[in-house]
Amino acid sequence: MTKFFQLVIAGIEIGSIYALVALAIVIIYASTGLKNLAQGEMAMFSAFIAYQFHAWGLGIWLALILAILTTFVLGMGVQQVVLKPVQDSSLLTVVIVTLGLFLGLNSVAGFIWGYMMLAFPAIFPEGALEIGSVDISYAAIGVFAVLLACAGALFALFQFTKIGLAMRAVAYNKETSMLVGVQVNRVIMVGFGLAASLGAVGGIFAAPKLFLDPFMMLTVLIYALASAAFGGLDSPLGAVIAGLFIGVIENLAGGYIGFIGSDLKIVVPLVIILGTLLFRPQGLLGRKYIPRV
Amino acid sequence: MSLLEVNNLVAGYGMVQVLNGISLSVEDGEVAVVLGANGAGKTTTLRALTGMIKTSGSVLFEGEEMVGKKTDQIVRRRIAHVPQGRGTVAQMDVDENLDLGAYIRTDKAGIAADKQKMFELFPRLAERRKQSAGSLSGGEQQMLAIARALMMSPRLLLLDEPSLGLAPLIIRSVFDTLRQINTEFGTTMLVVEQNANLALSIAKTAFVLETGDIVAGGSAEQIAADDTIRKAYLGI
Repeated sequence: MTKFFQLVIAGIEIGSIYALVALAIVIIYASTGLKNLAQGEMAMFSAFIAYQFHAWGLGIWLALILAILTTFVLGMGVQQVVLKPVQDSSLLTVVIVTLGLFLGLNSVAGFIWGYMMLAFPAIFPEGALEIGSVDISYAAIGVFAVLLACAGALFALFQFTKIGLAMRAVAYNKETSMLVGVQVNRVIMVGFGLAASLGAVGGIFAAPKLFLDPFMMLTVLIYALASAAFGGLDSPLGAVIAGLFIGVIENLAGGYIGFIGSDLKIVVPLVIILGTLLFRPQGLLGRKYIPRV
Repeated sequence: MSLLEVNNLVAGYGMVQVLNGISLSVEDGEVAVVLGANGAGKTTTLRALTGMIKTSGSVLFEGEEMVGKKTDQIVRRRIAHVPQGRGTVAQMDVDENLDLGAYIRTDKAGIAADKQKMFELFPRLAERRKQSAGSLSGGEQQMLAIARALMMSPRLLLLDEPSLGLAPLIIRSVFDTLRQINTEFGTTMLVVEQNANLALSIAKTAFVLETGDIVAGGSAEQIAADDTIRKAYLGI
């Protein structure tokens, strides 16, 4: 039983990272219909920015808060300069542009910081909470708490603030939003900044575990995309649940099913997702919206 | 000076010109209607007024030029537009749609009071406060769209075919409510409508639009009484 709980906790820790990046993908998809394949690379870049602030002598918490704020601004910039011009273009164009952004960010990060793995300083204290024979590392507790805090803040933003109301309105119906006086483009820009910041949180908190290099977010991105599709591309809650689910299943499969081990464990959740999507194409919590005429 | 003065308004979609320079005016406090058949350019007229399509000519609202301004800037002058097909956010509930209608306002007390007024005006909406707009019946959705527009406390309310797709009885009640809104709140309205008889019954001024040109204009009574216009353009 100890092994089981240990695997579940490890799964929640990595699943929280998937969930954060998935949240970022979902927010952008819901407001613009765009699947941002560069979300993981943007998060990686933010982790490097945090690393750089820290290397310049700032405390780790100050460094990561500054990095998240910087990412907010960079996210808005990327939307205005790179994505806005292709917002209404065909799917293929958008995919190519976000892939270009993916490769571009990857190369720039490699150019600035190199391709050697860098150790990212620990954000949470070392050590673990012992409950019976199960060790819950402070890092796992911390990352999970960060995920819950982000998800809670996002929920509050969407439900209780004016900008949140405007963001949801723009996501559902741009014309009506315009007609009530919402500055649609500005709202989309802020949404991008917000999504980039969420991804940044994921990248930064993943960095101490995954180490820092330009390719650190590659598998995370795949899992995050899977989480977003599995949870429902327009459902933030779905993204969180799916991210955690994938993290846990992946670890359990790797730990219990002999021939799977750590090499094949990535396949297991994907198979489950594929199976689910065959029967529920809109994802677990995604809405298949059928309007009344 | 009229509240709205449109002069030589030209508008269209891409290379296709739909309005060939129309002129009309709406006085403060009145209901004006633009009548015309399908494809006459009624919807285009309203979309041009709120800057949703490329436009040239002149649109003076309270003496200020609107042509060249963006939709959200025009809307902030308190011009509310209820587009064809309702203009509510289907996935949001009634409450949220009304809040959204008041997006440009900051007076919390006034917003709450106006919301209460809307629920008195449309009791059905009060019953369905927490229901998503998309799940309402067609008539209820039209009511919600009008209420959403009124939440802005508009100086001018633009309505695009409020009768479209509704049962005759519901249409009657929508127009009764429009008349009530005009008399009780003094809201100025510009209504474009195919249903000429109904529209003329609530209007003070009427214009007839025929493939992109205003071919007649005057008091609603005059237009309603003019047999030539009725036969040629209104089919009644």
